[in-house]
Amino acid sequence: MAEQESDAIIRVRDITVQFGKTRVLDGLDLDVKRGEILGFVGPSGAGKSVLTRTIIGLVPKVSGRIEVFGVDLDAANFAERRGVERRWGILFQQGALFSSLTVRQNIQFPVREYLRVSQRLLDEIMVAKLGMVGLKPEVADRYPSELSGGMVKRVALARALALDPELVFLDEPTSGLDPIGAGDFDELVRTLQRTLGLTVFMVTHDLDSLYTACDRIAVLGNGKIIAAGSIADMKASQHPWLQQYFNGKRARAVVG
Amino acid sequence: MSGNPTLERVAQGEGLALCAAGNWTARFAPMLERIVSDAEKLRGSRQHIFIDVSQVAKLDTFGAWLIERLRRSLSDATAEAKIAGLSANYSTLVDEVRRVSAVPKVDSDPLSVTGMFEQIGRTVVGIGGTILSLIDMLGAVLAAVGNVLIHPRSFRLTSTVHHLEQVCWRAVPIVVLITFLIGCIISQQGIFHFRQFGADIFVVDMLGVLVLREIGVLLVAIMVAGRSGSAYTAELGSMKMREEIDALRTMGFDPIEVLILPRMLAIMLALPILAFLGAMAALYGGGLVAWLYGGVDPEAFLLRLRDAISINHFIVGMIKAPVMAAVIGIVACVEGLAVQGSAESLGQHTTSSVVKGIFFVIVMDGVFAIFFASIGM
Repeated sequence: MAEQESDAIIRVRDITVQFGKTRVLDGLDLDVKRGEILGFVGPSGAGKSVLTRTIIGLVPKVSGRIEVFGVDLDAANFAERRGVERRWGILFQQGALFSSLTVRQNIQFPVREYLRVSQRLLDEIMVAKLGMVGLKPEVADRYPSELSGGMVKRVALARALALDPELVFLDEPTSGLDPIGAGDFDELVRTLQRTLGLTVFMVTHDLDSLYTACDRIAVLGNGKIIAAGSIADMKASQHPWLQQYFNGKRARAVVG
Repeated sequence: MSGNPTLERVAQGEGLALCAAGNWTARFAPMLERIVSDAEKLRGSRQHIFIDVSQVAKLDTFGAWLIERLRRSLSDATAEAKIAGLSANYSTLVDEVRRVSAVPKVDSDPLSVTGMFEQIGRTVVGIGGTILSLIDMLGAVLAAVGNVLIHPRSFRLTSTVHHLEQVCWRAVPIVVLITFLIGCIISQQGIFHFRQFGADIFVVDMLGVLVLREIGVLLVAIMVAGRSGSAYTAELGSMKMREEIDALRTMGFDPIEVLILPRMLAIMLALPILAFLGAMAALYGGGLVAWLYGGVDPEAFLLRLRDAISINHFIVGMIKAPVMAAVIGIVACVEGLAVQGSAESLGQHTTSSVVKGIFFVIVMDGVFAIFFASIGM
């Protein structure tokens, strides 16, 4: 457990993921440092979601090594793995709320499973989390199918944060939100990161998020990390895709 | 463990200081909750209460909320408890939880006699609704058929063939296998009991009438309801959940014509074919057992079969098949389109598609039995 004190909360070494004959990730290395917000970008279909899903163990890898909180996920036994899973929260792209549970039950689900606390505290925590993601307590008894797309995202974030995790994975958190909502969301991620010492791994296409929320940016291309660093590093890069992405028309509009 | 949260009480003249220390985090939530609810009883008559949090090693939403809850319950109209020693980092978190207001109650209906009667009433009304929606769907399908007859080019042949493959071709092995076994069993049981009064050969009569007229088609219809009716409901239901059906409608397509008509046609063609194959398999199985177990050789079996049954028995079975298929298809499609947003609803409707499908098939079989008896077939 000595490694846990080290800087990198996620350490990915030389991982390869293959579907049939297509190699999606090819010897990829990545470190995510404790307490940072890492923005993860790359062209559509480059394998951003695949990498996220590989780290959290939903996609099998051909080779390589993944350590989260200093625990090698392949070598970990069931209890260690449970321990790691308790300390991370995941926001899926489509929300992935449990459709037959209400918002209240969705948010309380992980808490109820892991902690033996009273219903009163469960309800209070649920309202607190809803408040944090900018929703009113009145939505608590609605079902996911009765929520708007943006609300689903927010509830899903509230669920991801339910156990106050140290690490959250956000898969395109601001897609489908209006610009103001997306701005609030970035602000929220920042606040949470400051107050809870959260580490955030954010897959995003939102340039605003990259500029305002992220400490560091990693770029995926050809199955590898082609660049990692601050916004300034990205803009200075000579890589054609980065040039287009950070100095293109839309990027100029963001910078103003 | 050293990080365990604590809350010490320190008297300060008239006032009281509560010193929190340790990790006030989610991991320790059950312990924290106990500590806080003990401390909440301290309210009493003390004037100045502070909650000193400067010793807290780690704070998260759980801890912050419990401190806030403690603060609220120790405050009253005259004096407000204060939180002291809050670091800048944590103060935003505490501010965040301070916004938590009343928790909405879950409205749960208490179990009552009126409630039970209400439930029964609703169920009865629901049955009426079910029948109406079946008739509604039947009408919609007939309208779509009319439309296709007027504009034959709007007919979806590819889709129909695809469903025919799913419902008919892929069902052949299991249908043949099961009806074969049922034929064997009927034959064996018949011979076993008829032998007691030397009427072995009558097993052929029983097998022929039963298989061609009743069991063949009924059994196959039940299998198709379980196999394809459920698939129809699940397909249409998940399309409904993902708004695919709405998308179709907004593009100017009629979901009935695009999705339901091909399925209905496929199942109505499939069931007679499967019923025929099933009947043949059952007769074959029955004949085999009669030969091997009962000593009725194949020639005698066929001769007896020709005498015992008329073409009418076969026709009755074949007439029933497409009607039963239509009932199964319509029930399945109605249930599919009734699916709401949740996975649970999909499961419920798939279940009720199969249950209602089988129920209506048996009811139809009874109606047919009366009808054919009346017209002397």
